Amino acid sequence: MESLLNVNIEKQLPSFRLRVNLRVLNEFLVVVGPSGAGKTTILQCLAGLQRPEGGEIVLKGRVLYSCTGRVNLPPRLRRVGYVFQDYALFPHLTVEQNAAYGMKNRRNGLEVQEMLEMLQISHLARRYPGQISGGERQRTALARALLAGPELLLLDEPLSALDYETRLKLRGELKTLQRRWAIPFILVTHDLEEAAALGDRVVRLERGEVVWISPTRKRPDCAIRHGCGTHDFPCPER
Amino acid sequence: MVGFGLLFLFGKHGPLGRLLEHFWGVSVVFNWWGAVVASTVVAFPLLYQTVRASFQSVDRNLENAARTLGAGEWRVFWTISLPLAWPGLVAGTVMAFARALGEFGATLMIAGNIPGRTQTVPLAIYAATESGENRTALVLVGIMTLLSFAFILGINLWSRRRLKRWTMEGEPPQS
Repeated sequence: MESLLNVNIEKQLPSFRLRVNLRVLNEFLVVVGPSGAGKTTILQCLAGLQRPEGGEIVLKGRVLYSCTGRVNLPPRLRRVGYVFQDYALFPHLTVEQNAAYGMKNRRNGLEVQEMLEMLQISHLARRYPGQISGGERQRTALARALLAGPELLLLDEPLSALDYETRLKLRGELKTLQRRWAIPFILVTHDLEEAAALGDRVVRLERGEVVWISPTRKRPDCAIRHGCGTHDFPCPER
Repeated sequence: MVGFGLLFLFGKHGPLGRLLEHFWGVSVVFNWWGAVVASTVVAFPLLYQTVRASFQSVDRNLENAARTLGAGEWRVFWTISLPLAWPGLVAGTVMAFARALGEFGATLMIAGNIPGRTQTVPLAIYAATESGENRTALVLVGIMTLLSFAFILGINLWSRRRLKRWTMEGEPPQS
């Protein structure tokens, strides 16, 4: 399968140097690692919210960042969706207004309605983020990111603040969304079980370096089973 | 101190005073513009501090989220930063208004105390008390108090209507 995103970046962090070289296909990639390993920094570099110090980022043939080519596209031109850890919903806008914020053609109310229905939050359209639950906020953040038409979706520990049952439910929905949108999803988490359940491939990051990449999953959970034997990776079925 | 500084700047021989006189033929000393300048200058630091603090307290993640959704800096400012800093803007305006309304010293120095021309209400209250017209002073104090209450009440009601819906005071979350 053709690689859609090439990432090769370096950045000095307070206590180590972040060095990442990844090729991402049309897949659900999970980056797992302890807190402070540089996971969020990778996402922010991809979205243009932080600037790497070297290397390049190419998404579907478009150069988003290139140190040698002196290219650093601002976030608004990257077409990279970002679901923040605390969702970062605009508190003064309704669910519907939040969802439609990034749409190119903002009059397309039908599209918003369809998206809200698909994510089962259409009954909350006129509510404000302060009036809905954590899981509903998460869905609103997803709707907002997807309606902007991204070519890559980044998710920063999107399930960590939710209760166990909601988390399980949303995992399945995230998988379905990735298949349906057919764009790379990169999710960051420190939860190994979540990584195993969600990722087509799992990348383990420690102190800014990729220490292990699971093989591409041929059939569900196959890669994880390979991984857990050789790399101290917990097998969900064990 | 502010009054002296203003008089120095805007006086007939002051740098700004000469500039204004030369180009526009106006003088702010001893006319009502002086009172406006004095009130503005003493109230501005209060407004500035509060407004700056409220813009700084806007969550950077929200502005970044808007950027990743394709918003340029102007759109981020008008649709995210400004509405979220709004409560602070209102608070700053109320504080600056209160400070300007009671302004006395600087106004006296730069605008003087000319009845019918540059006499502000605080100056009139002072003059009335000095000359033993306690009734007049009392009426003026009453008018000032009513005016400030009405203004603050009005601005609070207006901004609360805007804020009520998206703060936690709204309907409880659905289970």
